[in-house]
Amino acid sequence: MAVTVLLPGVLRADAGGFGHLSLDLPPDATLRGALDQLAASYPRLDRRLRDERGTLRRYVNLYVNGAECRGLAGLDTPVPAGAELHVIPSVAGG
Amino acid sequence: MTAQHGSAAGTVALAIGTGKGLFLATSGDRSHWEFTGPHFPMHAVYATMIDTRGDRPRILAGTASQHWGPGVSVSDDLGATWQEPADAPIAFPDDTGASLEQVWQLAPGPANQPDVVYAGVQPSALFRSDDGGRSFRFVRGLWDHPHRPEWTPGFGGKAVHTVLPHPREADRVVVAMSTGGVYRTTDGGASWQASNQGIRAKFLPDEYPEFGQCVHKVARHPARPDQLFAQNHHGVYRSDDGGAAWTSIAAGLPSDFGFAMVSHPHRPGVVYNFPIQADEYRIPPDAACRVYRSDDAGGSWTALTEGLPQQRFYPTVLRDAMGVDDAPVPGVYFGTRSGELFASPDEGEHWQQIAAHLPDVLCVRAAVVG
Repeated sequence: MAVTVLLPGVLRADAGGFGHLSLDLPPDATLRGALDQLAASYPRLDRRLRDERGTLRRYVNLYVNGAECRGLAGLDTPVPAGAELHVIPSVAGG
Repeated sequence: MTAQHGSAAGTVALAIGTGKGLFLATSGDRSHWEFTGPHFPMHAVYATMIDTRGDRPRILAGTASQHWGPGVSVSDDLGATWQEPADAPIAFPDDTGASLEQVWQLAPGPANQPDVVYAGVQPSALFRSDDGGRSFRFVRGLWDHPHRPEWTPGFGGKAVHTVLPHPREADRVVVAMSTGGVYRTTDGGASWQASNQGIRAKFLPDEYPEFGQCVHKVARHPARPDQLFAQNHHGVYRSDDGGAAWTSIAAGLPSDFGFAMVSHPHRPGVVYNFPIQADEYRIPPDAACRVYRSDDAGGSWTALTEGLPQQRFYPTVLRDAMGVDDAPVPGVYFGTRSGELFASPDEGEHWQQIAAHLPDVLCVRAAVVG
């Protein structure tokens, strides 16, 4: 099944210059699986999003069809067919 | 000092890590500087290094974005372009359960190992690169130290912030961490000995523990590697035996609190320090901007003030925010948390402000690059 990943401009250099990426995932895919597939092609992008333990970085928000994943099942959140995965940096810093 | 220091220095490069990126500057006379940056905007750069051991100068930057995490980047063209590998240059092994928060120190290995670079990181650990800083491997011996569960975070975090490879003996390295103190290895990092005898920890019930001190910075001169100088969280010390024992050299300073400690690049026993009033009053004594230099290994100290503001000066100089170049008459540089950058072309005798309104300065390194 196809899903789309939307990236902020600051991360596009780590994703081959793309702001939209298409993934082809199995039907029972989770967010973690989506990120694993992303990591296989764009390892530098992956470590902007997750640390070496696979934990989503604190100030990275990842939305599944508009719902931030921490309010769902985190990286175990199922990804439905046609989903839009949206990476947005949270409000942080000074 | 003579006034002929400028043109004799060649081109000097400055690397200035700040809370919002890295700035670079070059000068042919150490009076007029051309700045570039910020490189890595909105990344805190707590560690930088100018490596002149190879056939061209290499600049390394330890970067940390609040959003996108830490990294290490390398430039071989004085910052025109940067390279960072696809895979994380520094990553904790799976079994540690840890993840890299920040790089606090990038330190070159000995001159006869021009590809060796050490990284001190948060959480407290040491990594070693054998390819000039592109990739690093974990130094497990320090992580496995039985003291590690008792190392605790200070205000700045829990980090190995100082790495001093021995200039000739590759198996000998000194590290310093806050809190935890000074540790040293003589077997290439397999085992480590706490080396804090004589260093007071005024914030602990036992004021002279084996370890647990809050060391802020340690410096040494490569020609006299067993002589170490330490600025602690209250306390300024010297060791003459590689860190086995320490004695106070705070007499003559207006305060024994501070962060920076820098060795003169050529003259062993000459060190620079920037005193701060106290841990509970982090302002320079008398609100005056004064660098102190000792020419006799801490036996006495001289205030260096010519060209520095002597009234209403309130910012702190952080532990790595002072550096020296390696010109025949070396330059001395420091940055402040209020974004000012001061430079002396003559070992600290005369100063000028060469930048203002930078983000808070976290680290400063300098070297002759041409």
